[in-house]
Order: sequence, then structure tokens, then C-alpha cells
Amino acid sequence: MQHVPGEDRGRVILYALSTCGWCARTKELLTDLGIGFSYVYVDLLGGEERDRVVREVERWNPRLSFPTVVINDAKVVVGFREDEIREAVGA
Amino acid sequence: MAGDGEVDYFMRDLDREAEAGGYHLNPDREFTRGLVRGLLANRERYGYISCPCRLASGNREDDLDIICPCDYRDPDLFDYGACYCALYVTADVEAGMRAPDPVPERRPGPAERERQKKERAAAGAAPGDLKYPVWRCRVCGYLCARGEPPETCPICRVPRDRFERFM
Repeated sequence: MQHVPGEDRGRVILYALSTCGWCARTKELLTDLGIGFSYVYVDLLGGEERDRVVREVERWNPRLSFPTVVINDAKVVVGFREDEIREAVGA
Repeated sequence: MAGDGEVDYFMRDLDREAEAGGYHLNPDREFTRGLVRGLLANRERYGYISCPCRLASGNREDDLDIICPCDYRDPDLFDYGACYCALYVTADVEAGMRAPDPVPERRPGPAERERQKKERAAAGAAPGDLKYPVWRCRVCGYLCARGEPPETCPICRVPRDRFERFM
């Protein structure tokens, strides 16, 4: 999990694929908003780590699609939905 | 990782094939280039160009429905103006007459995919009274009546294993 430093809006985690254009846009948006967040490219993981992270994503988004953004272990936004992401992080 | 030259070359190829078949690549060239780079990355690590916006298993048979062009491209083009990753768009989106809608994931979960696979296998084994079986391309819907499906779909260029028994 990589961390991007920025303003603290709680625990913001982006589950992404390294090859996906919408995941890239989501990461750009969070970066531009200047908030602190962590991200992980699930396709680059292997073995047990990947299984563990996949289960983590499925808990929030059973379809296991990307990007999935989880905010404060409470809110989840699936897909690059700019307005919803802005609202969820209060930016 | 694929170099810029390889990405551009593959993108030109995809564009030519798309236009020949009545499909269109996303006119946002930088965005599309990123997706094409993703396709090539997937080809390198999995051996096939699975969707850059979906998590592949690495097992070709399990990923068959998400090898680009995926089984869901055409219904997504019809409903939203773009496919799931937005590599392909409709003519009006390409022309800038409208923006595509966000595309929700249409691919069923693993349990439903397994059920559908069994259903297809059963359909393939069912005795028919037709002189020839009818095969359907799961990507574009092309139908043909012959002993086996063609090696390559003449409409959308996907290989034989993307066909299912239709009748």
C-alpha cells in the first residue's frame, strides 16, 4: 500500500488496477484534491497478499470492480464518480 | 513494459480493425493510449489482452469473457455509449455529439459465470435436428451454420473459442 501525503480527511483507501484508465483518473482526482490517501494496485500483488486484499475489496464491493474507494471504513464509492468521491471525502 | 512505438503501432492496428467492423476507438487519444498500454501489459503477463479495467485471474478459460473485445462490449455500447473501460465508443460519442455515461460492471460474479458456462456446455451437447449446428459469436452476435465455428470471427475478429452453440 502506497501513501500519498495530504490533508487528513480520515482513512481514504483507493483499490486500483495499474492498467485501468478510470483508476488513474481517480488517483489523479484524489491527488488534485490534496487529501492524504493510500492506494494499492491489486493486479500487481501476488499469492496470499493478493487473496487478502481481494477479500478486503469484496467486503466493500462484492463485484470486485475497480476503482473502489473506501472512506473511513464506512463509505464506499465504486467507479470514477467524481461528484460522489468529492462528497465522500468532503472536498 | 511496452515502448511508445509498440503502443502506437498496436493502437493503429486496433483502430483499423475497429473501423473496418463498424466500431470506434475512444477519440481521447491520451486516455486510449493508456488503455492500449494496459492491454499490452496484460498480454505480456497473461498471454492475452484481457480488459485493462478488470482483474484477470491469469487463467485464459476463466478470463475468456473479458479478453478484449469483451463479451460485454456491445451491450454496453448500446446502453451507455462506451464499453466498460471506454476503449470503444459509439459513433455519436466518437463525433463528440454526446459524452458517454459511466458504465457499471455488467460481468456476472464467479458463481453466475460458472452456471452460465454449464448452461452453454449443455446447449452444445443437446441433440439438434438441424442439418448444421448454428454458432454464435459471444462478442458481436454473428451467427453461422457449419460444422465448427470459424477460426476467426469475420465480423469482430475474435478467435474460435469465443463462439457458443446457438441452435
